[in-house]
Amino acid sequence: MKAVCYNGIGDLRTERVPDPSIINPKDAIIRVILSSVCGSDLHLLNGYVPTMREGDIIGHEFMGEVVEIGSEVKQLRKGDRVVVCSILGCGECQYCKDTNWSLCDNSNPHAWIPEKAYGDSPAGILGYSHAFGGYAGSHADYIRVPFADRGCFVIPEGLSDEAAVFASDAMPTGFMAADLADIQPGNIVAIWGCGGVGQMAIQSAFLLGASRVIAIDREPERLRMAKEISGAEILDFSKVDIHEALRELTGGRGPDRCIDCVGMEAVSEGLDYYYDKAKQYVRLESDRPIVLREAIMACRKGGTISIVGVYGGLIDSVPMGAAMNKALTFRMGQQHGQRYIPRLLEHLQKGELNSSFLLTHKMSLDAGMKGYDLFNKKETMRVVFAPGL
Amino acid sequence: MENKKKPLSSVLGIGELEPDNTGSSQVNVGAGERILSVAGGVLLLSSGLRRQSLGGFLTVAIGGYLFYRGASGNCLVNSAIGRNTTDSTDTTKALIEITKSLTVNKPREEVYAYWRKLENLPRFMYHLKEVQQLDDKRSHWVAQLADNKLAGALGTVEWDAQIITEVENEQLVWKSVDDAKIDNAGEVRFMDAPNGQGTEVHAVIQYRPPAGQLGGAIMKLFNPAFEQMIKQDLRRFKQLMETGEIATIKGQPSGRESEQEISQKPSLKYADADQQHESGML
Ligand SMILES: [Zn+2]
Ligand SMILES: [Zn+2]
Repeated sequence: MKAVCYNGIGDLRTERVPDPSIINPKDAIIRVILSSVCGSDLHLLNGYVPTMREGDIIGHEFMGEVVEIGSEVKQLRKGDRVVVCSILGCGECQYCKDTNWSLCDNSNPHAWIPEKAYGDSPAGILGYSHAFGGYAGSHADYIRVPFADRGCFVIPEGLSDEAAVFASDAMPTGFMAADLADIQPGNIVAIWGCGGVGQMAIQSAFLLGASRVIAIDREPERLRMAKEISGAEILDFSKVDIHEALRELTGGRGPDRCIDCVGMEAVSEGLDYYYDKAKQYVRLESDRPIVLREAIMACRKGGTISIVGVYGGLIDSVPMGAAMNKALTFRMGQQHGQRYIPRLLEHLQKGELNSSFLLTHKMSLDAGMKGYDLFNKKETMRVVFAPGL
Repeated sequence: MENKKKPLSSVLGIGELEPDNTGSSQVNVGAGERILSVAGGVLLLSSGLRRQSLGGFLTVAIGGYLFYRGASGNCLVNSAIGRNTTDSTDTTKALIEITKSLTVNKPREEVYAYWRKLENLPRFMYHLKEVQQLDDKRSHWVAQLADNKLAGALGTVEWDAQIITEVENEQLVWKSVDDAKIDNAGEVRFMDAPNGQGTEVHAVIQYRPPAGQLGGAIMKLFNPAFEQMIKQDLRRFKQLMETGEIATIKGQPSGRESEQEISQKPSLKYADADQQHESGML
């Protein structure tokens, strides 16, 4: 089959590789119909998440058709059209039973790697480096999905492939961001980042009762979508001082809830961007926590900071004094997709959430590197590979 | 730097037993000869590992054997012909201890019963090839050595073990007996986790490194890898108990293979691809 393989930093190649097969009894093989690029793939491609190996197949946001199932798969049938959660959960450990799926104890075969770095291992993630399991990803004709009964969700009739594909990763991540923010009716919510996850966080915040959402980015097209489709007020950080603007827009209080949908590769116009960039370059710091600093300073006293943008390691100069003295609440994590996906498919069906507009470019697997170049330069919202093309 | 921390067994109050000093502590290769053996072994190993060819493999095999002989101080040829080139002063013996606790989300009786059937152990302890129950207390163990790069070259290590304490659903204590190649002892306790979260498994394994200062020094180098392996074994035990399968990527496709290569059927027993990968990353 064809697959988009990592070949070194900034280097993807579309290659012919063997087809996947059932390895464990709870596996399923999915014929990929659509597979989207995601911001966190860029962290892999740009070399900020170590433990990638030459030849690894990337991609983790996808939907497709079940073509083969293992002997212990009970809920799925060949021919089912499914969307698959990017994060693997076994369903049997205490974390899965508590619906904290991205903390699964059993789905990462290389748990010892993050255990060294983090003290504990999170769940395995499809196509997301060896620290997160080393599983082959979805930018391919076929993919093997472990614990398939838990991670594959049958897409209801009448829902398009283009809408359902984002229920794999961007939608549950955005929805979880709003859910963790503990939005109370009438709250004003500020959201950093207007990519796919940010757009879904805006819509979810409204769904959960926010009265106003203020979205921050600098890409004109993303800001336009945030305003016209997702319904946010928008701020361009290249044009205004975000801290000042947020205070002015909230009667001097600051937003009640602040959501970071950006994470480790944040950019800004300020000095701290160059500070982080320099430290990152000499490996004294692994991430650029610009958005996190800004959110802590901007948030109202007693407010909540919700983080779904990915951080990998150590960060400097986070204003802990501000966070403590303002009595902020922090909540964060990789998405617990299995907890949210059934509900999200319903919201999509009822038209309460809108996701298909995220798909701006559809390409064949042969255009792998080209698609990522477009995405990396933020010239597109989401490139989606269609192996059938 | 000397490690001043106490072994965890003394803190936990479990596993405070010592393996008998019978097999691996017996030395019949002299220090000078052992240094040469190790040096030669390392040289051959590192050059062999860089080549993936058959010649490379043979170099690894010979290097691995010399390395083992030097590190362990136990030469099969020497013992066969009754030769002994040891200095009498070379007898320092350190005890190495590995502790690992984890919680398995299953009832204690179920967890204990699976473990107590010792034949099950090789299903998740990948360095074990086989465990045979000889009678109620005695068992025969066959293992591959710690470092998998050496494992192929060294073949297998076998020993007999005896259960010395058994409290059903609570505690198992065992010791190796009868001239074991690697003297070892261990204890596993099973306790209820709070709030119905299943069973806490507390394991302490102690082994005597191959005798002598050189042996001790070499085993210290290997210890992190060995410890890592034991911990991975226990993690796989949890996976198997909770989900009925062991998470793996062995046998999945990548751009490292061409489409023509038949992807080999993975077996539960030896996940050597995963293990090689692990040791590569250590
Ligand atoms: Zn993602
Ligand atoms: Zn789990």
